[in-house]
Amino acid sequence: MGIISRGFGGRRRESVPGLPPGQYLTHDFPVLSAGPTPRIPLDRWRFTVTTETGEKTSWNWTEFQALPAEDVTVDIHCVTKWSKLGTTWRGVSLDTLLENVESAADYTMVHSFGGYTTNVPMEDLLDGKAWIAYKFDGEDLEPEHGGPARLVVPHLYFWKSAKWVNGLQLMNEDEPGFWEAAGYHMYGDPWREQRYQGD
Amino acid sequence: MTNGTPLDGNAMAGDLREIFAVDVTAARYVCAGCTHADAVGTLLLWHQSPGLVARCPSCGDVVVTVVRAPDRVFLDLRGSVRLEVPLEGS
Amino acid sequence: MARTAVSGRLTWRAATLAEARWETPTARTLVLDVPDWPGHLPGQHIDVRLTAEDGYRAQRSYSIASAWPHPEGRVELTIQRLDDGEVSPYLTDVVEPGEQIELRGPVGGWFVWRDKQPAPVLLVAGGSGVVPLMAMVRARATASARQPFRLLYSVRTPEDVLYADELRRRVRDDAGLDVHYVYTRKTPDGWPSPPKRIDVAALNTYGWPPDFEPDCYVCGPTTFVETAADILVALGHDPRRIRTERFGGTS
Repeated sequence: MGIISRGFGGRRRESVPGLPPGQYLTHDFPVLSAGPTPRIPLDRWRFTVTTETGEKTSWNWTEFQALPAEDVTVDIHCVTKWSKLGTTWRGVSLDTLLENVESAADYTMVHSFGGYTTNVPMEDLLDGKAWIAYKFDGEDLEPEHGGPARLVVPHLYFWKSAKWVNGLQLMNEDEPGFWEAAGYHMYGDPWREQRYQGD
Repeated sequence: MTNGTPLDGNAMAGDLREIFAVDVTAARYVCAGCTHADAVGTLLLWHQSPGLVARCPSCGDVVVTVVRAPDRVFLDLRGSVRLEVPLEGS
Repeated sequence: MARTAVSGRLTWRAATLAEARWETPTARTLVLDVPDWPGHLPGQHIDVRLTAEDGYRAQRSYSIASAWPHPEGRVELTIQRLDDGEVSPYLTDVVEPGEQIELRGPVGGWFVWRDKQPAPVLLVAGGSGVVPLMAMVRARATASARQPFRLLYSVRTPEDVLYADELRRRVRDDAGLDVHYVYTRKTPDGWPSPPKRIDVAALNTYGWPPDFEPDCYVCGPTTFVETAADILVALGHDPRRIRTERFGGTS
């Protein structure tokens, strides 16, 4: 059925060249949440990489802050169809975090405080493609946006950029995370519009 | 809308009634996490996300997720060990 | 009718706006003609879907304000405008009688009142959360039901009260209905207490005693609903008799 509501424009939306298919430009930063926002005291924060053989490497907040950080400016694309261009983040590259980790795994599961998970292939985290970010727009990352720290993997739909990260599990086989198990695409490339399973 | 605050499971009624012939929000769920049982309408519904996420008000575990694609609906009930659906008029 | 209201898969249908009236400067009641409306229970809601010319769609849920049967066979929604909202300003300020919107419903079988429920009823409304509770008040009258109703209505100012005249008339004509207001920002002249939020004293004084085992319906913004429900439980009401509907602030 197709009733067009004359005079209904919805939120001011811009479809600009250069956006992935089906995306609209937004200037605010919508907050999406699948559960309560965890509040993690920095003295209880820890990020742990667990390899496919069970070897663990972890950093507390102080150790994490001592790692070399990078400032990056990237475009982000949410599967709910908003895109935001030129967002600026400061964080630690996954190349840095995985530098001394012995692994032959092809897949990873990202884990968060609060229980959220999402799967990302190893190669999509390496070579300057992903960061654990703790500043957005020059400020400490707010809890609503994933603070103290979140994954930023901008070339995939933004649900892959897990908020409140606390761990990375390296895996030999791909497995679905939270949204992937609920119907979303296993990989989530916005340029190929891989929103749902089978897209 | 107010971000970061859930609605009641009631708010899933429309999306579920597009799939089911009965109203599922009046059905009783049993939470797979903590065995708490109550009407689906009492679940806490996180709706400002890529799908609907209905959590048990007792333990916070996810009981139901609903993801709508343009041509499909994905319904994940792994968090519920049972749904008890009342039949009207019986 | 209850049967037709809750069974059968649901699809979107076109409704025509028959008339509209302002309840307050920011809340408008839409009176809709919906062909083949199956009837509904008070407390149920409908989903409204708007489509822009470029295909963009937005969908929101609104509680039904009217009872069924309705004298003209219509369905009424009361929409509170949220200035930064996406759908509500269209429904309050743009759509005009004769135009169509898409809707599906009625939906929701949990937050409903059925006239065969024998218990007295306590309705606790926060702001525009009064809408589905008003449907219950109207349905009670339509069914000539005898269960006593009490409505405790928390609202910012006297100017924000929805259905003020109708509630006054219903209370005057019906010994089985009581309404008490809690004003949170500004009271009417001569009101005995300063503005306040809903509290233990209000629910204790103007609700039903827990011993009466009333069916309680609480509707409003999330924090309001949680506060009111917590107070009711603390006062000794059985949590299983308390049904809630949180408004995220439908935009």
